[in-house]
Amino acid sequence: MNAADLPLWGAWLVVGLALAGAGFALTGALGLIVLRSFYERVHAPTLGATLGTTLILCSSMLLLSLIEGRPVLRDLLIGLFLTVTTPVTLVVLARAAAHRDRHAENPESPPVA
Amino acid sequence: MSAATVLDWGLGLAQAMLVLAMAFAAWRMLRGPRAQDRILGLDTLYVNGMLAIVVHGMRTGSGLYFEAALIVGMLGFTTSVALAKFLMQGEVIR
Amino acid sequence: MSRILPYPVLSAALAGTWLLLNAPVTPGTGLLALAVGLLVPTVMRALRPDAVRVRALGALMRLVGVVAYDMIRSNLDVARIILGLRRGERKTGYVTVPLDLRDPFALTVLSVMLTATPGTLWVQYDSDTGTLLMHVLDLTEGDDWVRRIKTRYERPLMEIFA
Repeated sequence: MNAADLPLWGAWLVVGLALAGAGFALTGALGLIVLRSFYERVHAPTLGATLGTTLILCSSMLLLSLIEGRPVLRDLLIGLFLTVTTPVTLVVLARAAAHRDRHAENPESPPVA
Repeated sequence: MSAATVLDWGLGLAQAMLVLAMAFAAWRMLRGPRAQDRILGLDTLYVNGMLAIVVHGMRTGSGLYFEAALIVGMLGFTTSVALAKFLMQGEVIR
Repeated sequence: MSRILPYPVLSAALAGTWLLLNAPVTPGTGLLALAVGLLVPTVMRALRPDAVRVRALGALMRLVGVVAYDMIRSNLDVARIILGLRRGERKTGYVTVPLDLRDPFALTVLSVMLTATPGTLWVQYDSDTGTLLMHVLDLTEGDDWVRRIKTRYERPLMEIFA
């Protein structure tokens, strides 16, 4: 089956999921600009990396499954991979930032636990 | 309105939104002010770039973009962890 | 069991990944997936990682549900903050949580869960005192964060990785 022969409801569903996901990713990136301090900004990209990615990958899996006429689930791998890696990046980055801020005796540096 | 038109416009719009998100992330990367902000911007930039590739794959209906997206994700992750590690220690490999 | 399958979870994950990458399952790809699942973990034995023991599958499923719900809700909360739709004053800050959890796998899972929900960020864990320092984007609603983490996440994790 070709993309042109897709049922109309399927097309709307795919587009809806993709737009919602892109919306979350865009909001997350906007947060990088809007939020004031580094420790606030670290929270923002998680939006795109969790719900944004999930919705876009669901949309992609749905579209490919409808076109191929069988469940195509390999996009799950991207989701799985990103779920595992994004926290690692952010935790290492937060620790590095905390280390540097304490070293520079920055007033907004985290308290010593 | 046919299904093909809906898909083309909708996915095109999603792609445009992701490119805008990439622009925001790039702004943070170039602007700083500190090194950790730049790394955070780079991290966001590659995640959104990967999503844009996935959506492009959906528009063209080709499954080939899947591998590209996976590789962008992996290399981006390695890059940002290596850079963050560098900030912490000053050396990547101890 | 331990001879042939030293790390059953790893074997299952590798075979599953192989099958997903070679989507329509044919006898050939099935056989290769089996081979990958059986052979690659024997290489891992040289690294001697501690085997993960998962007890209480039911608790694990319930925890996955709780985390998924929290993730969606905090995504919406953080989106509201970024877009400026949240009314009232917002204060952000650090929370120190005394953890009873000591198992390294459980701590890893907890750090992934906390960081993957937008709005909470794992900053530092001190293994001597067992205290976790985390950053919370929206601290305004009182400070029952310690209780929330201990009852919602830590207790099921201790049950699963007991």
